[in-house]
Amino acid sequence: MTSETNTAARVEAALGGSIDAGALSVDHDGMVCIRATPEELHAVCTALKVRAGFESNTLITARDHGLDAKCGRFELFYQFLSYEFGDRVRVRVMTTGDAPEVDTITDLWPGTAFSERECWDLLGVRFRGHANLRRLLMPEGFDHHPLRKDFPHIGIEPDRLYRQWDDARRSAFASEEAETEKGAH
Amino acid sequence: MGSVGLNEAPFSESFTATRLDFIVNWARKNSLWPMPLGLSCCGIELMAMFGPKFDLARFGAEAARFTPRQCDLLVVAGTLTWKMAQAVRLVYDQMPEPKWVMSMGVCASTGGMYDTYSVVQGIDTILPVDVYVPGCPPRPDAVIDSIMKLQTRIARETPMKDLLEGIPDYHDTGTGRSLRQPNRSVEHQKLPALPLDGSDE
Repeated sequence: MTSETNTAARVEAALGGSIDAGALSVDHDGMVCIRATPEELHAVCTALKVRAGFESNTLITARDHGLDAKCGRFELFYQFLSYEFGDRVRVRVMTTGDAPEVDTITDLWPGTAFSERECWDLLGVRFRGHANLRRLLMPEGFDHHPLRKDFPHIGIEPDRLYRQWDDARRSAFASEEAETEKGAH
Repeated sequence: MGSVGLNEAPFSESFTATRLDFIVNWARKNSLWPMPLGLSCCGIELMAMFGPKFDLARFGAEAARFTPRQCDLLVVAGTLTWKMAQAVRLVYDQMPEPKWVMSMGVCASTGGMYDTYSVVQGIDTILPVDVYVPGCPPRPDAVIDSIMKLQTRIARETPMKDLLEGIPDYHDTGTGRSLRQPNRSVEHQKLPALPLDGSDE
């Protein structure tokens, strides 16, 4: 019995037939992989944490398959690590639409708050129930999600926020100087 | 350098102004206080330059201060992102006149290999730059060479003329906007080009 089948058997027992038999597979890199729908995601993660001993989330990210993808546009990837058994499992969630929304798992792993914020910031995946879904890397007020396929790599008006700030600063200087001159006369 | 035109009328305005310019410029160029702004790997070369092996103290520019209010040379060393640009502009505005800006490395000068949405494509879009240093990162001796180039430029400035005639309305080279504070790099552009072999030193 290889370690993959050990892991697969444990994961299958933990899930308890709650998802389709075809949803459990081994990915190309040898990691046991569960394909879940956005609705099933939270239940699957709960089962992995509570019944299969995966204490730790190591990765949340997403992939943009492009505007004309037939399978759905955004695919989310979650990876979990079990310290006790020394193995990992991956959950893949295919979503539909240009503005996907899935349940947060910050109630299970509070540390995933940052990963979900990054995923929202760069790819525009919303996490329902996240307490603080703000941008993580890009500045507040940035309009786009830079890792999307339809975002040009040189950006769309990359200097807009700086120029706004700069204009506000300069007009504050100007009015301050006008006040000073008025006071002098 | 600093030679006095003895053929000119000895007590004319030009005689006095030339000597004062020379002394003021001499004092300014030999006591540059850099504001180090290490934004990425160029910062490491910058630290090496301040260290004993390269010894920037030979050129009078070793007194790095970590507050802009005590500095007159802003060294932007590394990749500047648009998110950081506001902080850099604030640092520049807080420096007292006269002040100069060095763009160290290709990232600061042109954006370098980061042709991307998050990186400023050359700090001259937000700041007036006096001297650019190529390299990725430039060696410390290249930065020292550019500091010496900057010193020759400072030696050609006309502080007394600025004082007597007032400073004209300056424009930011990158943005074309009017600056609240005078932009020394504009003044430099009116000077004749420097000979590349440094023979005028």
